[in-house]
Order: sequence, then C-alpha cells, then structure tokens
Amino acid sequence: MPVESVYPRLEPLLPCVRKPIAYVGGEVNSVVKDWDGTDVRWALLYPDAYEVGLPNQGVQILYEVLNEQDGVLAERTYSVWPDLEALMREHDLPQFTVDAHRPVGAFDVLGVSFSTELGYTNLLTALDLAGIPLHSADRNGADRNGADRNGADRNGADRNGADRNGADRDPADGTWYPLVIAGGHAAFNPEPIADFLDGVVLGDGEEAVLAITAKVRDWKRAGRPGGRDGLLTTLATECHLYVPRFYDVSYLPDGPIARVAPGRPGIPPVVAKHTVMDLDNWQYPSKPIVPVAETVHERYSVEIFRGCTRGCRFCQAGMITRPVRERSITTIGAMVEKGVAATGFQEVGLLSLSSADHSEINEIAKDLADAYEDTNTGLSLPSTRVDAFNVTLADELSRGGRRSGLTFAPEGGSERMRKVINKMVTEEDLIRTVTTAYSSGWRQVKLYFMCGLPTETDEDVLAIAGLARKVIQAGREATGRRDIRCTVSIGGFVPKPHTPFQWAGQCGHEVVDARLRKLGAALRSDPAYGRAIGFRYHDGEPSVIEGLLSRGDRRVGQVILAAWRDGARFDGWSEYFSYPRWAACADEALDGEPVDLAWYTTRERDRDEVLPWDHLDAGLDHDWLWQDWQDALSGAAEVEDCRWTPCYDCGVCPSMGTEIQTGPTGERLPAGTRLLPVLGVS
Amino acid sequence: MPGGRPPAPTVQYLLVTYAKRGRMRFASHRDVGRAFERAVRQAGVPIARSAGFSPHPKISYASGTQTGVASEAEYLTLALTAAQDPERLRSALDTALPDGIDVIEVREDSGGTLNSRLMVSEWLVELPGVSPEAAVAAAREFLASAEAHVERLTNKGVRRLDARGAVLTMDAGPRACADHSGACAIIRMVVRHTEPAVRPEDVLVALRQIAGLAAASSPAVTRVAQGVLGDDGLVGPGQPPAMAAGAGSPVPAPQAPVPQAQEFPAHAGPAQAPHTQVPYDEAPGAPHQAPARAPEQMNVP
Repeated sequence: MPVESVYPRLEPLLPCVRKPIAYVGGEVNSVVKDWDGTDVRWALLYPDAYEVGLPNQGVQILYEVLNEQDGVLAERTYSVWPDLEALMREHDLPQFTVDAHRPVGAFDVLGVSFSTELGYTNLLTALDLAGIPLHSADRNGADRNGADRNGADRNGADRNGADRNGADRDPADGTWYPLVIAGGHAAFNPEPIADFLDGVVLGDGEEAVLAITAKVRDWKRAGRPGGRDGLLTTLATECHLYVPRFYDVSYLPDGPIARVAPGRPGIPPVVAKHTVMDLDNWQYPSKPIVPVAETVHERYSVEIFRGCTRGCRFCQAGMITRPVRERSITTIGAMVEKGVAATGFQEVGLLSLSSADHSEINEIAKDLADAYEDTNTGLSLPSTRVDAFNVTLADELSRGGRRSGLTFAPEGGSERMRKVINKMVTEEDLIRTVTTAYSSGWRQVKLYFMCGLPTETDEDVLAIAGLARKVIQAGREATGRRDIRCTVSIGGFVPKPHTPFQWAGQCGHEVVDARLRKLGAALRSDPAYGRAIGFRYHDGEPSVIEGLLSRGDRRVGQVILAAWRDGARFDGWSEYFSYPRWAACADEALDGEPVDLAWYTTRERDRDEVLPWDHLDAGLDHDWLWQDWQDALSGAAEVEDCRWTPCYDCGVCPSMGTEIQTGPTGERLPAGTRLLPVLGVS
Repeated sequence: MPGGRPPAPTVQYLLVTYAKRGRMRFASHRDVGRAFERAVRQAGVPIARSAGFSPHPKISYASGTQTGVASEAEYLTLALTAAQDPERLRSALDTALPDGIDVIEVREDSGGTLNSRLMVSEWLVELPGVSPEAAVAAAREFLASAEAHVERLTNKGVRRLDARGAVLTMDAGPRACADHSGACAIIRMVVRHTEPAVRPEDVLVALRQIAGLAAASSPAVTRVAQGVLGDDGLVGPGQPPAMAAGAGSPVPAPQAPVPQAQEFPAHAGPAQAPHTQVPYDEAPGAPHQAPARAPEQMNVP
C-alpha cells in the first residue's frame, strides 16, 4: 500500500515557522525511492535540529549504505523546533521524513543516532509525534503478551495515531510500529532510555544495518513468525543487537545494581560492539547531501581514520572506537575527488579523532594541497594536537588561504592536571607550538580546556591564566606585533561510561562555576593583556544533567519522561535547557528510590559496583580500566600510544577479534592540479 | 600565494533568469546564493573572483523574494573568465541546482547593476478562503484610496510605508485554489520597487485595514515578472546599459503561454477602476508556476 506524503498538509504551516527550508527536503544528492518497490524501509532520525543533524557523518553514511541496496529505502527525519511541533499537534500531523514526507510510523525501522545524551528528550518528541508508543513494551500491538500491556496507559501516547500513518499491518497484531533502534556514541550506555528503545547497535553501523535489514526482510517474507518479539529475538541472537527488554535489572537496597541478566534463554549475557575493519572497502559518504539551508558544517568530510589510542582518560570516543583503522592515502584522495565533484563544497575536512596521527598525514596534506591549488578549495584539519608538527601541517593545508585561527586542546591548565588525564603536553611544548603558529602568520590561537576534572583544585584552573599570558608573550616576541590573540575556551567535564573516569565523582556545578569565575577574573586582571586574551566558557549546570544521563541506569528513564512531559526539548541548546526543571523532575521521579541526582553524578563509584553498562562490551578490560583510573589518581607513569609502543593490554583487539590497521602504504596521489569538470569554451 | 596572484579578468557577463518554485519557495535569499555558488563550482563554471585572501565568486544578485514567496523572475549576473555558450551553461547550472531552483534562461549581458534595471514587480497572490467578490470589492476600495499606511517591523525598527503609493495596478478574480479547497480569490498586481520596499504582504495588510480582507490561511505569493512596465502593460527586464563589446545575441527560451496583456492598463493609476475578469488561464496543478514569458515579449535590445 503506498504511503502518502504529508507535504500538502505541512506546506500551509510552513510560512508560520522559523527556518521552514529545514523541513522541505529536495536537497542535492537526497534520494526518494518508490515505496512499493522496496520491502525494508528505514527512517533515520537525528534527534536535533536539521542544521545540526544534516552534516552528521553517521546518518549520511547509513543513508547511503542502505539506499544503495535494492529493495531497501532509507529516509531522514530530524527534530522539529517547538514552533512547528505545536502546529503539528494542532493540525494532527505526524513526524515526517524530509525526503518524501512520509509518516515515520509507516516505516519498518526507526534508526536513531545519538551523538549526545542531551538529545534523549527529542527522541520522545519524535516518537510521540509519530504516534509510536513511548515505551517499547507498548509496541506489541493488541492482544499479544498481555503482561506487557500494564504500562500502556502511563505514557499517554496516541494509540490511534498509528492509523493515520497508513503503515503496514502486522497480520497478527493489527498494528505495526517501527522497531526503534538507537546507535551512536551516546548509545553506549543506553540504560536511561532503555524503556523507550527496542534495540541498540553498539559501535560501527555500516555492517550492522545491513545485517538487520536482511533479518527484517526474511522475517517479513516468512509471514512475520513470532511477531515483533520473534524478530527482536532473532536480531538479539544473530545480529549482536542489544534488546533492553530481554534483560532484567535488579537493585540492592542502598541503590546500586545487584544484577543485570537475560530474562529468557538463548539471549547473550553480554552484548559486544560492532567493528568495521578495512575502511577502504567502505567509502562512505561518497555523495553527501548538500543542504539548501545553512547548517553547522558546510564541507565534504572524509574520515581519514577511525579510532584513537592516545589514551586520554576523559575521552569516551577514544575508548569505544578502538582500534585505529586508517584509510589509505589513495582512498582518501579518491573520496575527496568524488565528494567535491558531487557536492560543489569548497571546503574539505580531514576528519578523525586526532588527524595529525595518520601515518601518512604529511603526504596527504601535501598531495591534496598540490592537487587543489588554485581551485579555491579549502582543506582543514578540525582537530589539532599541541605539536609544532601540526602547525606545519596547517600551513600546508592553508596554502594560498587566510591564516586566521588555529585550535589546540591542552585540556588541563597545569602540568599535574594534564598528567592525571594522560594528555602529556608540557608547557614548553605548548609555547613552542604557538610560537611556530604565530611566526608562520596565524593571528589567533584558541585553547580548549576542561574544568572539574578528577583531583582538580582551584590552582589547576587558575594555571590557565598564566599559560594564556605566556602564549601571548611568546606570540608578541615572535612576531613583534600586538594584534595577535589567544582565546581560552572551557567547559565542564562529564565522566563517561567505558572510560577510566567512569568511576569518578563528577564535580558539582557550584564548584565548576566558582572556578570559572575565578579564572575569568584572573584573565582580566592584567591590563597588559587586555583584549589579547578572550574567554569563553559553559555554565556548570547542563554538565550535571549530561552526567545524570551519561551514567544513569534504567531508573533515570522516569526522570527523562517527567522532564519531557514538563516540556524539556532541545536540551543541548542553552535557550531551551532548564536546570531547575530537570532537578525538580529528578526529585519527583526518584522519590521513594534510594538514589537521587547527586547519587548519579557527584558520587564516586567503587571497584565492585555493578555499573549500568557492564553487560555492554566495548572490548575494554575491566581490570585495565580500573588500573588506569588508579594510575590517574596516583600520578603514575603515562600510557603511551599502542601504535608506536608495545600493546598495553587494554583488551579491545583480542576480545573483538580486531587489529590495528595503519600505514604507511608508500603510495602518493597523482601529481598536478586536480581540475574540476570544466564546461567547454565556446 | 596569499593574495599574490592577480585574479583572471572578466571576459563575459551572463544574465541568469531563475525561478524559485514549489518547496524551494521556503529558501531564503542567502540559501539561494549558497546553492548558486556550489552549483557554479560543481558545474565547473569559469567564474571570475575577487582579489584577496578569500576570493569570492563574482555573482551579483538582484533583490530576492523573501522566504516563503515563490518567483518566476529572479535575476543574477555571472562574471566569467572564459566565454561560455549560454544555453550549455544554463543546462549545467540547472542540473547542479536542487529541483525548484530552476534556471529559466541565460543570456549575454553588459554586467551593469541589476537593481537599476528592475523597477517594478508583478505579483500573483492566492487568498485561501476569500471569495472572488470580496477580493474585487477590496481591490476597488484599495485603488480608490489616496494612500494606505502600514507598519512593518524591520531590522531598523518599525517602518511606516505607504502601500497604496507603490501599487500601479491591481486586478482580482476567482480561480481554483492550490490546495483544492474550492475557489479562492486571486489578486494580481504590479508594484513599484521603492526604498523601503513595499512587499505584497504590506499590500495585504492594507487590504485588511481598508476592506477587512483576510485569508483563512497563509496566502501563496508568487513574483511572476519583474523589470520595467512597458507600454504594452507587460513587465519585463529593463533595458541594460550599453552592451559589452563582442556580446552575442540571447538564446531564445522555449515558448510558453503568455498571459493576456490587455488586462493590464498601460499606465495604471489610482483613478483607474480595477478589472474583475478572470484573465489567467494557467495549467491546473501548477499553481505556483506561472508561465515563463517568451523573450520576444520582453523589453530587451
């Protein structure tokens, strides 16, 4: 049965909302497939505004991987701003995809990509607008698993809503709701949203979405054996899909988890992450969508490698994406050439967690700069380590362009602090690096720091002020100019699951804010530096809620639901975030439990505590993580990078059956200017 | 080298007529500009660039319609460093642009400023839920007024405008509405470009103030032509300054139905009574896509 576009009903509402262009689709390289010509259909949700979600690499990759398959259709959907949400509710319009404006409730699978925990409430808005029951237990349809029906009324979701979607009918149950499957870095501890999800993919999605697609197709063709439950069982046992409702969680009287265990036979007790090897075989995105609307990143991004083993203890991304898997220089060159030609973007980003660490970054930078010289194509390296070598690289990439600003991330203000987080940068390194930068024509240096790190004192944060002054001094001496600048940018640290700091007590927002105030005063105290030093900071309160959502267990789901019902939306946006709302909802929803907001955030965990994500396996050895945490506290020796020192047994490669994949390959890109296609001269 | 090499000289200017149709009416003028910059790169157009550290492509835009307003008659000029066949370039640009930002015609041009050649716009406004009779009566009242002051919030604060003074002609008649909700009123009007600009929405505010005319939902507004108001009553692109030496002749665009010209008085003024006929016989199903004008109807050299 064809599914009708809701666009005719949406269009009259668009003149009344902000940024209507975000809702109309029709972008270059977007894909609209025939509904009836496909049998497995994915809606891909990025739970934030279009301007943030569109450039997301994860969604762009999966969109292309899925749409390349015959018989498979993938469309994108994003969070609607509250002005449109209100109008959609008033006019009974469901959550829609931007590609063909089909109702999200009509799809087989709703894949949700979480980059940040602050997107959890936006998931609930999208589900509710789609007419999908908020709780996975309520999605079985009528007359199945009567035990699951108890909670049906508590969510207030519009159960009739699915009818307006014109969805496939599940022959047994009458109504089919999409499988709601989450992925992305912020789904590595999905327990706070476990009640709202049918499944979770841990790790890389490329192969996982294809495996899930195959199982969904088989199940539909076989007449949907076992209904929704049957499909989820297959996915849990054969595709490494974590299905939260197949696991029972019990708690100790004083709060911590007693046990997490499968509640039925055949379900694996531990779910391992997915790792895609040989990234040269997965050249996505090759034709990324080019937005008409203005978005946060307007460039062709190529991931030059995945994973990072620098070992920064605060960094969840570096811990959960191991091992390092490089793309070869020739693949990178080919992807850039095709990507620029397919999009018309004039900037190319060489993405990764630490791009200068690619084994052939010198050659990549030089050859791409040569190939694109005089084509007005900008090349950028978004993440730069504190290292003079990085300045040389940036010089090469900015050949012919303006040298405006370079960003470095020392993260900790004092040398002691940097040792705790295993970010081994000395003050000398930093001064040498910025001196090189200012000398080669860069006018502005931005320095990133965190506040509230484990063991941090006021002195560690105030050391940032001294550092910033030395940076300016070095720049003035190196250039003889007064117009150089240094901006200090600092945010609150949030301990994350699957990192050595997962046991740490988070620093309270009062302490963080007080330290930031002192730092601001110190930075402004010396008129000799006046406007040469800029200061940007984030308030401490949102970090506390991010902390609650990052390390929470299933009981936090009630807090999220309460905050969402109270109006929480777009919590990553300061104009929408409300700390008092979240604090009040946490009090209310956790009333009667032995736990509260502080228990989840500022409390330090001990070694024996069962952590909510212990049954979700990123490959990291529990004992290694604990020892690294102890080493951080004791100031023991630094952890080197296993790419150029012997393996230190973090546990990932043996447990996941993976290995480091790095060059050098010795290859080079073809010489000469890479001309864009040129029209014939008349 | 940063700023070291002088930019290549311009050898050809091309005047591009494009439309903003369907879903793309929700694109802002800035959105359209970015789309053209990318399309120019993707199509490999040898665009001239400004000098300096971050050279900008030399694309000059005439004032665009605001977000949500469709158009069949937007203009920009491209400065090129190598001469191009206009029709090949039109096709290449159109392919690289999203559907709905459609290149109607490309022809050689002098490169003179656009806004000085574009003096008036002809607008078509569909008013859902308004009866044709009410629209005719309102238009008559509006045209009989000496002035119609409206206020609009702009970046510079509240501006007070005389909506009546800028309107040269106004014509109302019934037509099937875009959303098939039945017949609704259509107003067609020619409005002078003024500073500050009087937009169709200002005229609609005036119609509400003067005659209580209010649409049930957002009116659909389309710019169907802009340029100068000719003796024949047609709006077409203005006469450019002296053409650059060596410029070729414009390539004809495909023939398209042309609205009946006689429905517009040649020199409409406040004293003229509005017309109440139904002069527009457009293809059903394309309510926002007024027919492109054939080039021979335009005031071009």
